Amino acid sequence: MNAIETKNLTKNYGKVRGITDLNLTVEEGEFFGFIGPNGAGKSTTIRTLLGLIQPTSGSASVLGQPLQKKASYLADIGYMPSEAMFYNEMKVGELIAFSAKMRKQDCSKEAAMLCDRLKLDTGKRVEELSLGNRKKAAIVCAMQHNPRLYILDEPTSGLDPLMQKEFFELLKERNRKGATIFFSSHVLSEVQHNCTRAAIVRDGRLAAMDRVENLSRTNTKKVTLHGVSQLPVSLEARSVTAAGDMVSFLYQGEIRTLLDEVGRLPIRDMTITEPELEEIFLHYYEEAGSGPVDQKAGGRCSRKQEVR
Amino acid sequence: MALFVKEWKQGTRTLAVWTLGIAAMLMVCIFLFPEMKHEMDSMTKLFANMGTFTKAFGMDLLNFGELSGFYGVECGNVIGIGGALFAAYLGAGMLSKEEKEHTAEFLMTHPVSRFCVVLQKFLSVMIQLVVLNLVVSLLSWISIRVIGEQFPAKEFVLLHGSYLLLQLEIGAICFGISAWIRRGSLGIGLGLAAVLYFLDLISNISTDAALLQYITPFAYAKPAHILTAGSLDWGLAALGIVYGAVAAAAGFWWYCRKDLTA
Repeated sequence: MNAIETKNLTKNYGKVRGITDLNLTVEEGEFFGFIGPNGAGKSTTIRTLLGLIQPTSGSASVLGQPLQKKASYLADIGYMPSEAMFYNEMKVGELIAFSAKMRKQDCSKEAAMLCDRLKLDTGKRVEELSLGNRKKAAIVCAMQHNPRLYILDEPTSGLDPLMQKEFFELLKERNRKGATIFFSSHVLSEVQHNCTRAAIVRDGRLAAMDRVENLSRTNTKKVTLHGVSQLPVSLEARSVTAAGDMVSFLYQGEIRTLLDEVGRLPIRDMTITEPELEEIFLHYYEEAGSGPVDQKAGGRCSRKQEVR
Repeated sequence: MALFVKEWKQGTRTLAVWTLGIAAMLMVCIFLFPEMKHEMDSMTKLFANMGTFTKAFGMDLLNFGELSGFYGVECGNVIGIGGALFAAYLGAGMLSKEEKEHTAEFLMTHPVSRFCVVLQKFLSVMIQLVVLNLVVSLLSWISIRVIGEQFPAKEFVLLHGSYLLLQLEIGAICFGISAWIRRGSLGIGLGLAAVLYFLDLISNISTDAALLQYITPFAYAKPAHILTAGSLDWGLAALGIVYGAVAAAAGFWWYCRKDLTA
């Protein structure tokens, strides 16, 4: 069964674009990353799945149930909003207990374990919490009832690196026990390190969806030349950065052509490396043209759609 | 139920402040009465001859030399205005505060239907108003006994009952409005309560404006009428209940399907 499935899901806020014809499938048991720059539509997608906003058109199902039945499937979901905001006058312990009561469950043991691992002080008032500690409270509220599906909207922002590690440890434990993890992020390394599959969304549209290793495997090379400050126009280079007498760029064409071109330049040194995933995606965010990623994604997104 | 309990805990401090504030003002009025009683005979004549002012507050119909007449005008205005403002404040804020304080997302991602959330919040408004009125009228009744005065029980119940009904109506209308209007519903609510109060004054003064009595709930929560006739204007009261119910229903309907802001 698919934990999440959307069919041509579209959401507009008046005339403002939210998401357009989004087709997303997350299978049960997956650790799924949802990547995109700010304003791409990640939160809109998540908020639609949670029933906070109504889709303009299209349909979606969560844990096999349509959006209309959200009151029942929300029981099996642990959600962490990107801006974790709670009732200021409550103490952290009261907040966590309130969340459990709203689920008609006694989660006190699990909550205590989570607070202990995350080093969260339950005696503090919510209004005294830093962003990081508010995030921790959100993690406890999202995890204490052992849900089947975790929907996490940029969960790591505000957490220090040690807590991020502990957090992903917790998620991996839950994932091994069969839970599905769906989290949005614009930190690509955390997607690369933790996810089995990922989808990229840009300008409200699904740009690619594949296994993470496929998304990052491309025939693109990162080339750095020393001794020159400009590249010949004939060379098909992308993401060109020049600093002093050094130029680096991404190259996707024939390697022999590259060598021929470079052979005519007065270079002192040259390195050819695999690009970082970050660089591939960064290029992807910035330019409207077809990048290495969507070629790899088997033409899920045509160039025509891209340019719109 | 968990949400209802949360609202109750969250609201108790404000409720206590308003309840005690209104009760204290009523009690001050009541405890001043024995002192003023003797001067009231001449005052009654004076009050009865103040033209439109007299008409606006119905002072020609009431005897200020008796506690009921004095209580009707003085205390009626205190609990009328104070209660209406609190009802507006409470009703207008109950739903909109979740979006204003960005807690709607947290609340609504729990496995409860929107309807259930709205219902618990609506009941919370209603119950808080009932509690306020019970405490206020009890303290008031005790104060009346303390100064050794009498107040006919039936009229007392009708008077306070009509103010409760007025507050429930305003609370329900503001609750309904707040489902539709994200920002500024508090200002609109408080403004509405004040406008309704003044509409009543106008309808008292001018016979041309008699139609206004079908709009404002202050038209049935009227000491001059209740104390002289010994009954409520049930027709107007029923109309008020209809207004409250329609506004609340519209709020329920919309809140159950609208997009929540993050």
